[in-house]
Amino acid sequence: MPGKLKVKIVAGRHLPVMDRASDLTDAFVEVKFGNTTFKTDVYPKSLNPQWNSEWFKFEVDDEELQDEPLQITVLDHDTYSANDAIGKVYIDIDPLLYSEAATVISGWFPIYDTIHGIRGEINVVVKVDLFNDLNRFRQSSCGVKFFCTTSIPKCYRAVIIHGFVEELVVNEDPEYQWIDRIRTPRASNEARQRLISLMSGELQRKIGLKVLEMRGNAVVGYLQCFDLEGESGLVVRAIGTACTLDKLSNTSAFLPACNSPSKEMKEIPFNEDPNPNTYSSGPSTPLKNQTYSFSPSKSYSRQSSSSDTDLSLTPKTAPSPQRPRIFLFPSSPTLSCDSPHLKKSCLLLLGSSIKPLHSSHVSPVVLRKSVSFTEELLLAASGMGSGSAGKEGGPFKTLLRQQTQSALEQRGGSPHRFCRRREFPFFTLTTFPPGFLVHVGGVVSARSVKLLDRIHNPAFVGIMGNTRSYKLLDWNSFNSDEPETRDAWWAEIRQEIKSHAKALGCHAVVGYSESTSICEEVCILSASGTAAVLNPRFLQDGTMEGCLEQRLSWQPGFFSIGSEKGEVDFFPQSQDSSSLLGIEEASPPGCGFCHIPYDELNMPFPAHLTYCYNCRKQKVPDVLFTTIDLPVEAIVIGKGCLIQARLCRLKKKAQAEANATSISNLLPFMEYEVHTQLMNKLKLRGMNALFGLRIQITVGENMLMGLASATGVYLAALPTPGGIQIAGKTPNDATYDQHISHMQKKINDTIAKNKELYEINPPELPEEIIGSPIPEPRQRSRLLRSQSESSDEVTELDLSHGKKDAFVLEIDDTDAMEDVHSLLTDVPPPSGFYSCNTEIMPGINNWTPEIQMFTAVRVSRLSTINPTNQTLNKNFNDLCENLLKSLYFKLRSMVPCCLCHVNFTVALPEDELVQIAVTAVAITYDKNQALQANKAPTEKSQQRASTDNEEQLQFPLELCSDPLSSQPFSPAKEVLEGASSHTGIPAAQRATSLEKASPLAEGYLRHRSVPSCTNSTVSVVKMTPLSFLPGAKITKYLGIINMFFIRETTSLREEGGVSGFLHAFIAEVFAMVRAHVAALGGNAVVSYIMKQCVFMENPNKNQAQCLINVSGDAVIFVRESELEMLPVQPSTAAPQPTSSAGDVTT
Amino acid sequence: MSSDLDVFVGNTTLIDEEVYRLWLDGHSVAEAVARRLRGGVLEREGTSVAVLQSDTRDHYRTFQMLERLLHAPPRLLQQLLFQIPPERQALLVQRYYAFDEALARELLGKKLSKGTKKELDEVSARTGVGIRSCRRQFDNFKRVFKAVEELRGPLAENIQQLFLLDYAAIVFFANSRFETGKRRLQFLSFADFAACAQSMMGHWSQGALGEPPDPRAPEAAEPDGDLPKSFLQDLKELKVLVADKDLLDQHKSLVCSALRGKISVYNELEANFKALSRALVNVGGKLTHARDVRDFFVDLVEKVIEPCRSDKWSPGDLRLFLTHYTAARHQALWERYMAAITACLLRMYHD
Repeated sequence: MPGKLKVKIVAGRHLPVMDRASDLTDAFVEVKFGNTTFKTDVYPKSLNPQWNSEWFKFEVDDEELQDEPLQITVLDHDTYSANDAIGKVYIDIDPLLYSEAATVISGWFPIYDTIHGIRGEINVVVKVDLFNDLNRFRQSSCGVKFFCTTSIPKCYRAVIIHGFVEELVVNEDPEYQWIDRIRTPRASNEARQRLISLMSGELQRKIGLKVLEMRGNAVVGYLQCFDLEGESGLVVRAIGTACTLDKLSNTSAFLPACNSPSKEMKEIPFNEDPNPNTYSSGPSTPLKNQTYSFSPSKSYSRQSSSSDTDLSLTPKTAPSPQRPRIFLFPSSPTLSCDSPHLKKSCLLLLGSSIKPLHSSHVSPVVLRKSVSFTEELLLAASGMGSGSAGKEGGPFKTLLRQQTQSALEQRGGSPHRFCRRREFPFFTLTTFPPGFLVHVGGVVSARSVKLLDRIHNPAFVGIMGNTRSYKLLDWNSFNSDEPETRDAWWAEIRQEIKSHAKALGCHAVVGYSESTSICEEVCILSASGTAAVLNPRFLQDGTMEGCLEQRLSWQPGFFSIGSEKGEVDFFPQSQDSSSLLGIEEASPPGCGFCHIPYDELNMPFPAHLTYCYNCRKQKVPDVLFTTIDLPVEAIVIGKGCLIQARLCRLKKKAQAEANATSISNLLPFMEYEVHTQLMNKLKLRGMNALFGLRIQITVGENMLMGLASATGVYLAALPTPGGIQIAGKTPNDATYDQHISHMQKKINDTIAKNKELYEINPPELPEEIIGSPIPEPRQRSRLLRSQSESSDEVTELDLSHGKKDAFVLEIDDTDAMEDVHSLLTDVPPPSGFYSCNTEIMPGINNWTPEIQMFTAVRVSRLSTINPTNQTLNKNFNDLCENLLKSLYFKLRSMVPCCLCHVNFTVALPEDELVQIAVTAVAITYDKNQALQANKAPTEKSQQRASTDNEEQLQFPLELCSDPLSSQPFSPAKEVLEGASSHTGIPAAQRATSLEKASPLAEGYLRHRSVPSCTNSTVSVVKMTPLSFLPGAKITKYLGIINMFFIRETTSLREEGGVSGFLHAFIAEVFAMVRAHVAALGGNAVVSYIMKQCVFMENPNKNQAQCLINVSGDAVIFVRESELEMLPVQPSTAAPQPTSSAGDVTT
Repeated sequence: MSSDLDVFVGNTTLIDEEVYRLWLDGHSVAEAVARRLRGGVLEREGTSVAVLQSDTRDHYRTFQMLERLLHAPPRLLQQLLFQIPPERQALLVQRYYAFDEALARELLGKKLSKGTKKELDEVSARTGVGIRSCRRQFDNFKRVFKAVEELRGPLAENIQQLFLLDYAAIVFFANSRFETGKRRLQFLSFADFAACAQSMMGHWSQGALGEPPDPRAPEAAEPDGDLPKSFLQDLKELKVLVADKDLLDQHKSLVCSALRGKISVYNELEANFKALSRALVNVGGKLTHARDVRDFFVDLVEKVIEPCRSDKWSPGDLRLFLTHYTAARHQALWERYMAAITACLLRMYHD
């Protein structure tokens, strides 16, 4: 027996009255784990029972420990009839299974009932004695740590990053199994909750096994999702990045270690800067022993375009798909097809979509069509074809190419063959240590429309039996087809992503994520990421100067392990091009990642390149879209802002294949429009790069919705974006002209206003970029709006405006007019507010510890009779804007503040009903410092920006050496903060903001004079979607929180209608998350995410149901101010008591 | 485009003080929105009416969910559903249990029964307090009354512990059912009565003796809201002061000699001494009978305050008189009794 689980039921409080006669309750508790159940005595006639039970001991193997949740049921004893259930608590004991996390779970848990919500609380103590039996680790993966955080967790150092891990588990959905509905809703809900808990446990264990196989000990960026496929079943799938992590000893955290490593990191490359100039011209082939050669990335893509074998991204095990890819490269003749053939390409798309692509493969997939838009498309969409005729064809060409490619791939080999693990050089991380990310190619994404079929699970029996009967099937032994189908689907998509990355001259994909949208039996699978070149320098010599070594020492391992095992060969040329790769290191960190990884002469798409505005040595694109967070070292000018593209497309109601076909046909247009909108809005804000891009396409019965969110910034390395120019189509109408010019003025004004608002004032560059192939620093670009525009108009506008270059919007019909209008309807946030969807707001660094995490949900009926795309678009747009407005209003007391990690999720629960859920965190920042920064002279702003970044990113983004680096920084910072708060902010202002928990204010307010507080025992648990807490230091990760709840009501009106119902439910979910974290000994949840919120109502029956799935990392944090008060002497025990003392609001 | 469902939930529960006030005052969402609009929030924040409505509804829902917890303030501290900083929790409770004095004055001494609740419409009209607010406050009184009823120990402390507030006066009045509604008592405000209640509890109740109540004593089992029976019984002994003519004369001469020349109304005092003394002593003697207890304040006003007022005593005169009147006799019981009476009279002696 490898483990002994011990549970003690201490007491209950505030139980509901179960016996109307006495107004009391005779409560007892059932404790269940696996097949074993224990019961406490009945504690008669009390709403606050004191059971104080013995220790219930479960002797179980660790596999069970990982899969099973501990189930605690509180019941009311009834002598004459069946005992009534009061509610349940599920406790995931996983955090107790690894040594560094929690050792005991102890505290008050809300007793939850799926019909009544929270009904009192129960005090439970749980412990696990694990017998370390290493041989047993075959089936279980105890000890593998899981993190939702998409960066290396703060108090760890990554020794090796192994790479991508994924797994999925399929089962019948209990909700759909009992169609006869013999069971009560409660039983059905509980069965579902339990099943999902089991499935996630199993999934986690299996992923853990894979990690152990790779010799890792942790999964970072773990993202687990549920697909409620309805009748076809339930899929739980997860992706993550396997790592070997080393806990940083606490001692180092308290030592005044070396100076900011990141600073040095920054300086080094700068110092070396002047040298490479000698080699800065000529597309010379890389030479050995040369310290700096020209654009190594070029050689990659050149080689890859000529022969795929050079870039052996895939391991030997998957040989087949490689060969045909030759066709996809830009140089190949397929791409030379010309522009006016949009229709043709569409037709082609259609053709390919209808054709069953895996005829050889027995699968339920009738249709398979995937649409992929990569950065190339974006660039193409921005019309940077440098005057080539094929502008408007660009995106569709790309599409076509992807299509061909994937088709060919399919033919090349059965999907089964290449769905091996670890062939995908993907990273779910979004933040990396400085210098790790060499180049970023752009966003790569792939979508595919699938028809869901019933997941047959013949061996699934004993539904009503004991708990163990839910034990999931191991499909390897039973029905190998089924999960394989889902596996194969994802494998195809990943394969596509990989090849897109390759086409961009990149060998890896970072910031990778996957998602689905399901409506009836149609499912859209989506994957996206950012193609990137990762730094190989560390592969060659791991020894780097001083602190650098320490911080980056893990990287060699990363690559060496990879190649040694033959899993991922990232750097096929590494043997002969050490010097060549060395140059990557030399590119200034502030801009290096912007430099193009692909071959300039052989670009995968028509793009417009200039020399980097920062280093002047390498080429950069004019815009950059990525899914990752802004790199630590990036030099940013001004502030960032949230940019959203919103889109609705009507679709005919259809069944099965016809439905899938029409969706497939709509997808490319939607993506194109979404990207156009993003590009326009980016330009409207005078910015040139997007980070954290997330595009969601949601499918409903009669429409598709697209919502893209990203954070726009102005990267100093990229050229200043041109403006937007409007061109009218009917030039003879004077009033029309006037209208156009009026609109043009409005747009120009908006751009100017935005530049001011976001403080975008790049240093004026003398036009001395000699040797640039592009003589004009700004390029003219052109966007053609729709297929109705024929190519002859191109000549009309092209080049005719001379130096005045801009992004041209043609207004040829009312649609276009509407679109321009909608561009202008985006209201900037009220003063004092900023927003972004990344971890940190570029350009703001002086956060105070006041945070407020929130979830807002809205369901609205879009439009009315005869909806058109335009009205829908407008309504959708208004819905989002109003939602944002109301958030700003709600949080007005926190001003100045920034909404970070704004995460919108769109669902279409019914015809014309749109559900938007937003989770974000508002963080107050210190205005005075911000003002100072504003006043900094313009010429200094660039430098300022970089140092700002440096500081601001200290705690959020420090990947592996946070305690080392932030510690030396923090004292100074604290002093600064303290000083500013004393001088700058009136005490009254702080005092009035009572609900905010500023540590300073808290310090002052901790007088505990309020008599009411004396008997409170509820500790404060902070929640944030970010991976860090401003002004605080995470000292310990206690384990992953992954919870799934169902709530149902049959008295909707009585509970305050849909809003009352959901409001209570969300509050309950928060409460349960907080209780679990507190019981683990934690005081915060970081990287919190609400992955699912499925709401269904039936007002006629007065019923509603909601499913919510949340996850995050439970942590212990210590305020930086408190850290200082601690003795400098290293004491591992010190932080915890301090933190708990500080945060228990007694 | 209508929002069917619209919620905002913060990890830290947002409490808008203004909206809380509107909610407590019993305004509907629409009324609250209208009032907020008049408050000029739109101009300040540059937002829309729809946003304001949505915000108000959110807050109202939160308050409705909180209300259940507010009914038992200690539960609010222990509950896990809403994460509210302690100072905010205290504010919620204080505001929830805060009462309009006008209303409290109306309800003082009334039985907190259904009948009284039905009269709230009139009370609301008289006091200008919203009917919903009236009902909430009435329920608050009742809740506090009911919760304290069964508890032992000092009333004020119990209430403080349970409701974190000073509700003692109301409970004390509701308990003893003093008459407060008579016309001649109308000049007294709630604050006056509250102060009287406080001094009576302070000086007369069991806990006030400063010694732990003897568990064997019969009154230890009584709730603190009632005055201790033994004390009231003892007060009967004081009657001898007015019944025995010698004692009365002795008392009078002691007081008069002490006050001669010091008090402007000496002649009136001398003339009225016996009547005043009789009134002061008899008020205490009557406290044993529940029916007579009702008249406590009426008697004080009718037999002490009004005569003094008609003789144009200044408050200073009254104070001097009472001080010497009390000091003329040395008896613990007498001093304990007169301490509260003095405090009450001084408080009540105004126009």
